[in-house]
Amino acid sequence: MRFQGLNMRDFLSRSIQTIIVFLVVGGILLLAFGGYFGRASTLFSGSLLGIQEWVSVRYLAIQDFLTAPRESATLIQRNAELEAEVARLQAEVITLEQKVAETDVLSALVDYATAKPENTYMAAAVIGRDPSPFLHYVIINRGSNDGVQRGMPIVTDQGLVGRVDAVIANAARVMLITDPASSVNVHLQKSKTDAMLLGSLTGDLSLDMISQDATVEAGDVVLTSGLGGGYPADIVVGQIVNVRKLDYELFQQATVQSVVDFTRLQIVLVITNFRAIDITPLIPETVP
Amino acid sequence: MRNLVAFPVLFLVLMLQTTIFSRLTLLSGAADLMLVTLAALAIQEQVTSAWHWAVLGGLMIGLVSGVPWFVPVVGYLIVVGLARLLQQRFWQVPVLALFAVVFTGSWVVNLLTFAALQIMGRPIALDDALGLVILPSLLLNMLLAVPVRTLIVDLANWLYPVEETL
Repeated sequence: MRFQGLNMRDFLSRSIQTIIVFLVVGGILLLAFGGYFGRASTLFSGSLLGIQEWVSVRYLAIQDFLTAPRESATLIQRNAELEAEVARLQAEVITLEQKVAETDVLSALVDYATAKPENTYMAAAVIGRDPSPFLHYVIINRGSNDGVQRGMPIVTDQGLVGRVDAVIANAARVMLITDPASSVNVHLQKSKTDAMLLGSLTGDLSLDMISQDATVEAGDVVLTSGLGGGYPADIVVGQIVNVRKLDYELFQQATVQSVVDFTRLQIVLVITNFRAIDITPLIPETVP
Repeated sequence: MRNLVAFPVLFLVLMLQTTIFSRLTLLSGAADLMLVTLAALAIQEQVTSAWHWAVLGGLMIGLVSGVPWFVPVVGYLIVVGLARLLQQRFWQVPVLALFAVVFTGSWVVNLLTFAALQIMGRPIALDDALGLVILPSLLLNMLLAVPVRTLIVDLANWLYPVEETL
């Protein structure tokens, strides 16, 4: 019993010593970190923190090294996501730009329609061109279901485009005034004379049948005359670029610059209240 | 049943022709995607229904175009005939055969169109037609032949798989 009692006392005394040592060391550390030991404490805490920093930096470097592949995979995935997002936004920007351009065109067409209230207009989109390079035709997305009929004139806010050549239910084929088979009776605004506007294979426009007596100059505006019943009167066609007058020829000829850019036709107006008149039966047949 | 694929394929060709290729012009000429497609298809030995494709393609073009409907039909049938004829002559060099068919076929189709338009009374001069339309179109068709062939060979192999004999 005595032996056991001695051991118990030893244990208690050691425990108390240990606790005291811990409390003293802890207290010293707390005081040192609190800066209460002046220079010595600064030196101590500085060294300790220096070691801490050194270990920390090395640890982070090793951690980076070990986890680098996973990070790069995450970055690659994130990059792909962002690239997809950028592509989607770019597509959206293009769509919106197209909408803005369409709105501009439609706005100009509305202005044109408002300026000429005597006609009834229907907007149509150009959805294709004739497959044959010999012909200057375009296809529009309005047909007989929308009231489009053969012979109806087609214009834009800039001027005359052509007329409907063939119609199906939901589409129509339009012969442009640049087509080699196109002929339009026109009137020259300044020189007040009539002429015939002809298309060509290259898409260039020329004037023929200008009287030799007329004084035609470059810059003269060309308007439809309405003669022949094919087109309404006073639609702008273009401007004369140059004139060819030869004394031995019956008529003068001229080259016309169209006001419409036929390569960039997007939206056009169909004049739906105009009915082309077929004057073919009135033309006398040549007797052999 | 596999011939029914002609409808969507040729419709796609027609759509591409009217929306894109007719706008990509060289002088006043434009590539004829339908002609090149039919030529590339007919040059494949295993394709047995190229004639049907030619009639269908010709009718589709004839429906859309201002050219009389029978002109593309006849023109494309001649192209297929040429392809069948030359395919046997140049069987070892199919690309050369395709170039020969496209070259000859372009002349035939364009001259047929020109003749039909002349009969209809359209004032087109032959030298203008040659210099501004036919020759540029011919060049564009030749340029288009190789990429189209690549696609059509895959299509032909898918539709008409070649049976290998052991």
